[in-house]
Amino acid sequence: MMNIKKFLVLICSALFLVGVLAGCGSTATTKTDGKQEEAQKSAIEEIKKRGTVRIGIFGDKPPFGFIDANGKNQGFDVYIAKRLAKDLLGDESKIQFVLLEPASRVEYLQTNKVDIVLANFTVTEERKQKVDFANPYMKVSLGVVSPQSAPITSVDQLKGKKLIIIKGTTAETYFTKNHPEVELLKFDQITQAFEALKDKRGVALSQDNTLLFAWAKENAGFTVGIATLGSLDTIAPAVKQGNKELLDWINQELETLGKENFIHKAYDATLKPVYGDSINPEDIVVEGGKLN
Amino acid sequence: MLNSGINVLTEGINLQRLLGGLLITARIAFLAILIGSLLGIVLGLINTSKSRIIRLLCRLYLEFFRIIPILVWLFIVYFGVPGLFNIHLEGELVAVIVFSLWGAAEMSDIVRGALASLPKHQIESGKALGLSFWGLYRYVLIPQAIRRLLPGAMNLATRMIKTTSLVVLIGVIDVVKVGQQIIERSLLKEPTASFWIYGLIFVLYFVICYPLSKLSKKLETKWES
Repeated sequence: MMNIKKFLVLICSALFLVGVLAGCGSTATTKTDGKQEEAQKSAIEEIKKRGTVRIGIFGDKPPFGFIDANGKNQGFDVYIAKRLAKDLLGDESKIQFVLLEPASRVEYLQTNKVDIVLANFTVTEERKQKVDFANPYMKVSLGVVSPQSAPITSVDQLKGKKLIIIKGTTAETYFTKNHPEVELLKFDQITQAFEALKDKRGVALSQDNTLLFAWAKENAGFTVGIATLGSLDTIAPAVKQGNKELLDWINQELETLGKENFIHKAYDATLKPVYGDSINPEDIVVEGGKLN
Repeated sequence: MLNSGINVLTEGINLQRLLGGLLITARIAFLAILIGSLLGIVLGLINTSKSRIIRLLCRLYLEFFRIIPILVWLFIVYFGVPGLFNIHLEGELVAVIVFSLWGAAEMSDIVRGALASLPKHQIESGKALGLSFWGLYRYVLIPQAIRRLLPGAMNLATRMIKTTSLVVLIGVIDVVKVGQQIIERSLLKEPTASFWIYGLIFVLYFVICYPLSKLSKKLETKWES
């Protein structure tokens, strides 16, 4: 008897739960549909009415988005974000910075917690399914850094030698797939890998070129012998999927900014002090939203 | 070499920012522990009910919070609720809500365990003395249960304080996140910055948690005598 009673209670509560969850699901879809229509109608109007534009940036990725010793947002992305706010609302202080984590950038857009994400957001096929990317303002690819005394300037030189890479990065995938003849020395952490290069445990190190430029500047005696390698990825602002009005505005804005070489100005103000003169800004900057 | 990294602590308003982050950590933890304990005690008392259905519901609530990771709860409430009801909840508020509900769930089990561990003759003697239902709880069961639940409750409180570091993932800038921001900013110039920043964060957490465990020790010895 007891057991049957227990069983019935279990079944009932399970059904109840399923009902609740199903209810939640259906309301979720209808509500989001409504919101999307709304966004299409008046995304920019809404921002203007609110008086501030919410831009998602990084707080711990120098030199793109970071917080300086005085607690102010700084960096390449922030520099561009301020200009967007100025052109949208007439004042660069009418901006609400939302600090994002790399893993939750998509969710912030999907749940309408930010208007624009400008957080070193690399355009990928997977992300394109979930958010709408504007035209790019930056490009990134792999680079190879090596000691100035024995510079590596082409992949052929690496044959049969040890190349240092960090596990799980695009560099690992690229070399395993395209250059199996290169011997790889793998590390878990970026700091470990750079220490290994200094100890000459490998002839060179491969990573995102933007990081290597910054590191080579700080560490004398090393040079980024190969500045671009492998497939070229672009970095672009992103908006909530379906928010065409804001997307078009950003694309137009990038075009206008291109006429005054604004992205180069942003580079000079924020990235040049870190990368130094040895780097060609054309390796990083995309002007006017168009790759040449 | 190792000493040069200590400068990052005094640079600009870095120290002030770290303490600001600590304040947020402490605020979330304090509110969550307070609300969680109160709710948890009520829930724990309900949990001793004779009704099977009420007990099952309490059990379900507890298991939901135990089985589903806190991080997932934070995401559900932070990213899920706005989609459902078209409202925006601040990250800090979400953190307080989730940590309170989690604290209540765990606390209810501690309270239930403490009450269940009391010898049966205590209840029977109380009834024999003619105490009412409330009188029995007020004068016999609760005073004894509190002594038994104290170690578990203190353990829960320190666990909650430490788990608050998850809130960075819903955009709340707590003391650990501020530390990361400072480390990343100075990593190229000061590779040892992480040692000093995390060292300081270690001390800060210790400063919050140690008095709690000291207090519980004191209460325990006081009640024992």
